[in-house]
Amino acid sequence: MDSLSSPASRFRTLSGIPVDAVYGDGPAPGEFPYTRGVHAEMYRTRPWTMRMFAGFGTATDTNARFGELLAAGGTGLSTAFDMPTLMGRDSDHDWALGEVGRAGVAVDTVEDMADLFAGIDLGAVSTSMTINGPAPILLAMYVVVAEEGGVDRERLAGTLQNDILKEYQAQKEYLFPPRPSVRLVTDVIGFTTAEMPRWNPVSISGYHIREAGSTAVQELAFTLANGFAYVEAAVAAGLHVDDFAPRLSFFFNSHSDLFEEVGKFRAARRIWARWMRDRYGATDERSLKLRFHTQTAGVSLTAQQPEVNIARVALQALAGVLGGTQSLHTDSFDEALALPSEDAARIALRTQQVIAHETGVTNVVDPLGGSAYVEWMTDEMERQATEVFDHLEQLGDGSLLEGVYAGIDDGWFVGEIADASYRHEREVNAGERIVVGVNEFTEGDDPSARRLLRIGQETEELQRKRLATVRQGRDAAAVASTLARVAVDAAESTTNLMPALLEAVRARATVGEVVDALEGVFGTYVERAVV
Amino acid sequence: MAATRGGERWATARLLSLVERGGPLADEVAERTWALLHGDATVDAISGRRANRAHVVGVTGPPGAGKSTLVAVWTTRLVERGHRPAVLAVDPSSPLTGGAILGDRVRMAEATAAGVFIRSMATRGHAGGLALAVPGMVRVLELAGFDPVVVETVGVGQVEVDVASAADTVLVVVTPGMGDAVQANKAGLLEVADLFAVNKSDRPDAAGVRRDLELMLDLSDLTGHGRRRHDTRTDGWSRPAVVSTVATTGAGVDELADATDAHLAGLAAVGTLVARREDRWRAEVRSHVDHLLLETSRGVVSGLSVGTGAPAAVARELAAGLVGGAEGDR
Amino acid sequence: MSGSTDRPPVRVVLAKLGLDGHDRGLKVVARMLRDGGMEVVYLGLRQTTDTIIDAVEQEDADVVGISMLNAGHLTLGPRMVEALADAGLDVPVVIGGIVPDEDLPAMANAGVAGVLGPGATAEEVVACVRAAADARG
Repeated sequence: MDSLSSPASRFRTLSGIPVDAVYGDGPAPGEFPYTRGVHAEMYRTRPWTMRMFAGFGTATDTNARFGELLAAGGTGLSTAFDMPTLMGRDSDHDWALGEVGRAGVAVDTVEDMADLFAGIDLGAVSTSMTINGPAPILLAMYVVVAEEGGVDRERLAGTLQNDILKEYQAQKEYLFPPRPSVRLVTDVIGFTTAEMPRWNPVSISGYHIREAGSTAVQELAFTLANGFAYVEAAVAAGLHVDDFAPRLSFFFNSHSDLFEEVGKFRAARRIWARWMRDRYGATDERSLKLRFHTQTAGVSLTAQQPEVNIARVALQALAGVLGGTQSLHTDSFDEALALPSEDAARIALRTQQVIAHETGVTNVVDPLGGSAYVEWMTDEMERQATEVFDHLEQLGDGSLLEGVYAGIDDGWFVGEIADASYRHEREVNAGERIVVGVNEFTEGDDPSARRLLRIGQETEELQRKRLATVRQGRDAAAVASTLARVAVDAAESTTNLMPALLEAVRARATVGEVVDALEGVFGTYVERAVV
Repeated sequence: MAATRGGERWATARLLSLVERGGPLADEVAERTWALLHGDATVDAISGRRANRAHVVGVTGPPGAGKSTLVAVWTTRLVERGHRPAVLAVDPSSPLTGGAILGDRVRMAEATAAGVFIRSMATRGHAGGLALAVPGMVRVLELAGFDPVVVETVGVGQVEVDVASAADTVLVVVTPGMGDAVQANKAGLLEVADLFAVNKSDRPDAAGVRRDLELMLDLSDLTGHGRRRHDTRTDGWSRPAVVSTVATTGAGVDELADATDAHLAGLAAVGTLVARREDRWRAEVRSHVDHLLLETSRGVVSGLSVGTGAPAAVARELAAGLVGGAEGDR
Repeated sequence: MSGSTDRPPVRVVLAKLGLDGHDRGLKVVARMLRDGGMEVVYLGLRQTTDTIIDAVEQEDADVVGISMLNAGHLTLGPRMVEALADAGLDVPVVIGGIVPDEDLPAMANAGVAGVLGPGATAEEVVACVRAAADARG
């Protein structure tokens, strides 16, 4: 009864036992090297952001969904774009056939972006845009929509994924060769650093590396190496590390091996802090603190007995929280089959709420810290990641940026990931690794219950008409001259492309037209086939 | 075969499969192809540059040098110049399973779109088979009217280097970094090259690999190794040309196309082309002889009862008989 | 020539239709087929029926394997079969992706030779492709 009588702590277990913020010795949460977390109090003062992804159909469809989210008290909007937009193609391009508005929202011109955010005060929300190859163009559109609506660019808050390196390594949504693509990334960093202080210009993403079949160590090491590469590129472009590094953020996967995942997150913070301070000379504390978003592992979801995925997602989400994530997206259990249904998306969000409000894991910061196993795992993750950094450094003659370029060029990343993925597949195949419902405990699966996804073609037709209308209504000469300037500025590698891009999209140039203009200068990219 | 001559691609592809497979049917196809290409098959008929003889170009180099990408860009350029190129891209089979992943087409999409005929080929384990099949497949492509016919291999094994070297012009592709020039030297690529492409020459250390290459060529000049290039401007002999390329941007590809053409013209001008093609013919005959002897000897030896004499003595006796037998079969 | 009378390896053209860059499954299947003794002509991402037909024709392929992410099977599968027939190529098509059981008869009617869903084992993948090749004769 002693414990119940202590009023000192607001935080008590389910049975009423009061608990402290942190247990154990060594550097505390909020202290360098931040192994135990970037904040001293973590979820005791503010829970993680439960960020769910939205985007489908035309801009108007998604806008309606945004309206509902904001009415329900949300302040953050997260936008998914359709495949043609992600690949920098217009909705009337050959490639777009059957893909318009399917996996996200279709945006061809600044008019679509205006529809997407119609009636929303862009000075009051924060917007996350999941886009990479054409990211600078979409950012330019967002800025133009805000300014045409009377909101200055310095008031805009949000995050652009804009992580092109992992595209060559894993997700394969690249437009141009690596070097000019990284120049576009640093142009965005330079532009937002100077003019959009509330904007996160890059979300350095391991998520897709893991989804492509990598191991946890590969995810950790490749992602951080990409982060260091961007730092080197931005510094080479003349920026000061402490001017932009506080605005870099990360995006990790949370897979099913709980302690491995927790070790990975803890190691990521420690490595980033040490490298930023010791190698890149950062002194601003915010430059040293690795902040990250987490999503549960889509690749782990099974088509067989899909309800079992609810349990997988819950455990993976728990790993993300125990690892100290700043925000979290939980996958819907039916995602191995199709785009998530509304019911499944709600269960996914409820899963986060159960962890936040029922489990008590938020009462203590880094509750696993000090566990001999977890501390060993954290060290081991760091040790193995360091081997990867050493290899890349050697490839790049001392430069991580050059090492990453070389690793892309020679197919090293792709090959490493393909090897890991195949190894896993063979283990499952041989029964050395059990996947519940797939190679063990298979009774109870009902294939006929699998929901069908039928997508209509109306969106595609609507969007093409919309695009044709915009093309007709604009000043063709202005479009041509602004696109010419894009090409001229692209050819001058030290010129920041953002002003030319703003001008082009303001003149109603389409995403596809701007990409074509850039492609004319930069060329395209074909990966070495490493199978 | 008529369909192949008429330019039907599926028919060409089927013939290639037959020749690749080996066996009696392949022999028949090979013999008929030969007859169609050469009329009365005499050694002399292969000498001249007849209308239906293609310029055969071997392309090899260390793994990762960007051979496929370069071949794709170069052959696309040749299509623009009015040629009809075909590419035979050879990759190794898995020694364990006999399977293979042939990935060259990924990097050659542009060339396919331009109309270049591309055929991927696995080494299929037994190295001898490759040396037998490739010349026959090259002739099928010639019969189909392709010119040039490009044979691309990874320059790591002796067989792969030999296969690419059985050509009118041998192009060796190297790249800056990782000591490519040195690697190429070790793999014996320097001796077979008529022409070098330093690919990825936009990389910082491109000058270095060019320098290494020139140095090694100087040395091989001194020692008398390596092929000589006929220089039509000076009408004298000089060593292999070195062209700098960037396959991903197309830089230097026109120069490469010019250099390959110039090499062939140079060979023809001094009559070396005849000698080269005769050498190739003899080498091919030798491959077949080796193969026939090997097959026959395997059969005979497996039937021997052990202990009838010293192995070397038994072998000498058998060999005398085998040679007669092989001649008798033909 | 080589004198071998064994059957030559099955040649499979492997490609992904659609714009997305998810090639993990395609790569795993490529390795499974290689390890099953087949020759895989790998085309990779973002192929069209035209590029696949070029490859099938020039490579004298025995089977075409195409992978697609979502819901494309009902349109893209039959379209591939038709395009091959129009090109005069009698080559079976095997599809990899999520295909609900109720669509299987429609796929078979459209001439699709085999369907491989997520979780297919290496043995199943190799057997399915081999059966398609054998049925062609």
